[in-house]
Amino acid sequence: MNNKVRDFLFENKVVLLFLSITLFAFWASGLSTVVFFSELFTRFGRNTFMVLALLIPVIAGLGLNFGIVVGAMAAQISMFLVILWGGDGVSGIFSVALLATPIAIVLGYLVGRLFNSMKGSEMIGGMVTSLFADGFYQFLFLFVFGGIIPIAYARLMTSTGVGVLNAIDLGDMRQALDNISMFHILNVSFFVMLAFVALLLIYRLVKKQPIKMFGPTGLIKPLVILGFLLIGYILTWTVTPFLLFTYENRLNGVYASRLVAIIISAVQIYHIIRDIRDEKRPGLPIKRFVILGLVAVGFLVTLLPEISNGLAHVRIPVFTYMIIGGLCLFIKWFINTRLGQNMRTIGQDRNVATAAGINVDRTRIIAMIMSTVLAAYGQIIIIQSFGVMTTYGAHMNVGLYAIAALLVGGATVTRASVKHAIIGVLLFHSLFILAPAASTNLMGAALFGEYFRVFAANAVIALALIMHAWKRVKKRKNEKAKATAA
Amino acid sequence: MSQMTAKNEPSTFVKNVKRLVNDFGLPRLIILTLFILLFVMAGIYDMNLPSFFGDVLRRWGMWGILVLAMVPGIQSGIGPNFGVTVGIVGGLVGAVLSINMNHAGVFDFVTNPALHTIVLALVAIAIGLALAIPMGILYGMLLNRVKGSEMAVSVYVGFSVVNLFNILWATFPVTASILILPATGRGLRQMVNLRDDFGGAFDEPLRFAIGDMTIRPGLLIVFFLACFLMYLFTRSRLGMMMSAAGSNPSYARASGINVEKMRVLGTTISTALGAVGIIIYAQSFGFLQLYLAPLMMGFTVVASVLLGGATVRRARVFDVLLGAFLFNGILTIALPLANTMLPDVPGVPEMLRLIITYGIVLYALSKVKGGR
Repeated sequence: MNNKVRDFLFENKVVLLFLSITLFAFWASGLSTVVFFSELFTRFGRNTFMVLALLIPVIAGLGLNFGIVVGAMAAQISMFLVILWGGDGVSGIFSVALLATPIAIVLGYLVGRLFNSMKGSEMIGGMVTSLFADGFYQFLFLFVFGGIIPIAYARLMTSTGVGVLNAIDLGDMRQALDNISMFHILNVSFFVMLAFVALLLIYRLVKKQPIKMFGPTGLIKPLVILGFLLIGYILTWTVTPFLLFTYENRLNGVYASRLVAIIISAVQIYHIIRDIRDEKRPGLPIKRFVILGLVAVGFLVTLLPEISNGLAHVRIPVFTYMIIGGLCLFIKWFINTRLGQNMRTIGQDRNVATAAGINVDRTRIIAMIMSTVLAAYGQIIIIQSFGVMTTYGAHMNVGLYAIAALLVGGATVTRASVKHAIIGVLLFHSLFILAPAASTNLMGAALFGEYFRVFAANAVIALALIMHAWKRVKKRKNEKAKATAA
Repeated sequence: MSQMTAKNEPSTFVKNVKRLVNDFGLPRLIILTLFILLFVMAGIYDMNLPSFFGDVLRRWGMWGILVLAMVPGIQSGIGPNFGVTVGIVGGLVGAVLSINMNHAGVFDFVTNPALHTIVLALVAIAIGLALAIPMGILYGMLLNRVKGSEMAVSVYVGFSVVNLFNILWATFPVTASILILPATGRGLRQMVNLRDDFGGAFDEPLRFAIGDMTIRPGLLIVFFLACFLMYLFTRSRLGMMMSAAGSNPSYARASGINVEKMRVLGTTISTALGAVGIIIYAQSFGFLQLYLAPLMMGFTVVASVLLGGATVRRARVFDVLLGAFLFNGILTIALPLANTMLPDVPGVPEMLRLIITYGIVLYALSKVKGGR
């Protein structure tokens, strides 16, 4: 037991360190939960997608992808072009994503090729690549736009007509994703699901496959989801308070926390019932009861006046959170696909992977393309959340902060998961919110807090790189010792 | 010894163009062509070439010692020392303390103004070295534990140190008003004017002009002297041992060289030269730049030495001389030339700097071909 506690502390040392710094900063800052929570949930929605974009290269053994900056550039180029061509609102944002995809694929391919020529130095390579690419990015925005390609849209250009302004207002695209109302989400997803089930049925009929209700390819799951969506859809048209509720685009933090509690409990109870019915494991599933207990405790905590007051002022952008949740599910699913498993094998040992017949170089390029495309989407979420695009600056610190957040969540250079990303974003951005306020209270100026958080971001990366290299040296030494002993 | 055999015979220059490109290095060829092209363009645009050339010489000396700091690092086997910024901040602390002492009247006994500035600069260097050497030893010991990943680690150690010193600069206990932010009365300025302190300490003595070309022999003498000393060191027994430890660690170990110690030595000399280099840089620039100014300097000097023909495994003093000259030559001429040719585009030299600096580092990295 003692050993277990020590292992737990050692495994989670970075998380625990940051947790204590954050708690101290919260105490020192004197911020109210109202301010803190609403800021934290905004930042969570803004930044998590970008951090999740880092996971696939880690799995494929490419380490922390400092090259996500290149994906962010793809997003900004597309954003500029879409604004130039008159894109607006939600459709504008989706056009940006559509346009950014091919650009990010090409750039991701190039970076992947480059990384294949410097195996083992991908991280320093990624850092330098992003700075190198910034030179061309500046060339494009300062000279090509307006200098070579004439651009008549004066709102975007500097007074000389050559070069793009440093701050571009997004107009109606500002928070367009964040502002999609639950009503629209419910309606659109109902019809999408309906179409999906219909197509599935037609496909089965055309292919003359048996139509089963249960089993892995059964229709029960899509039908249940469709059923829930249908109930929601009918409710919006019949029950006025429900319609009014869904017509808002943000979800109140209190409702959100209850919704989350209900969903987790429902999933756990479903599993408990299934386990007991199938008699899969002897005895009671203790772990699931523990989770239920934790949910109950968590729910009681939200009833504390401080917390509930804070949550009441939280406005969660529903659609952005849904995209983040979707990406989490996608990554969890992807890891278990054939390609995902290949990536894991490569991440563990390239020689073994080659011996197993995996095309290492090609798979690594695919990982880089996926990461770059996801980073482009992540940058779109960030920019629309701010409502203003800082043409020459918005991409520069994206890599630093995303990577620092992932590491704060307990990830390492070789191991990172969705859990690390979520914990990391919460902790790291808590520190970002609290540090200036805390330093104002403690030292009389917000400046120190701002310096401290940038230092913390850099230091946590330095520490992770050192730990990784250290382990690698030790491992090599052990192997050598074994080889000489044998 | 290996440097000699790596050099190619002049006859291959004529015989085989491909071989030439390979030996000389494609980026160096591009940069050299660009350099000559820029000079020709500057001539065509009827710009003041002698004056530019004087500026190139000045920037050559300004950056020279910082670039020279790469040689011991690469030779001892730690690779390009991106973390030379560790030494740079040490030098900056030395400079700040020296200025503070000067304004407290500590150096009033030196009445000769030229000598006064030199004494100030030397004090700054001495304090800088006193800080940089222990930091370099610790940093070298750290790098011994992360063999194979020195570059990525050194970049982020450098970044962390610069960012940590941000907090220090903002709370530095000094009394001289020239150092302190006037707005808040606390913390150092972003840029400190060195006019009343050691500005031009090595630039001003012996300065003369041929037409529009200003020549600062003092600065160049300091730079060449440092290069000469480094050359002597690399030829010395200790220097040879260090290079052996870097180029072939297992062989060096077998012949009784303490490889770890040699790597710490190389890192420490590199860090110490960073501290000296920033003082030389600042006295020529005329301002002391604090806070985030040194953040990317590591990349600039690494790019310079690579441009001169060094690789991540081998660097000579000659590479420093050539690299620093080419790098600064291009950037010095690019700025006024771009302003004349493309008056509407403000950032051309900056783009050029980014592409050259990081392009050359990237090229060198892609040539490494994973050691394991």
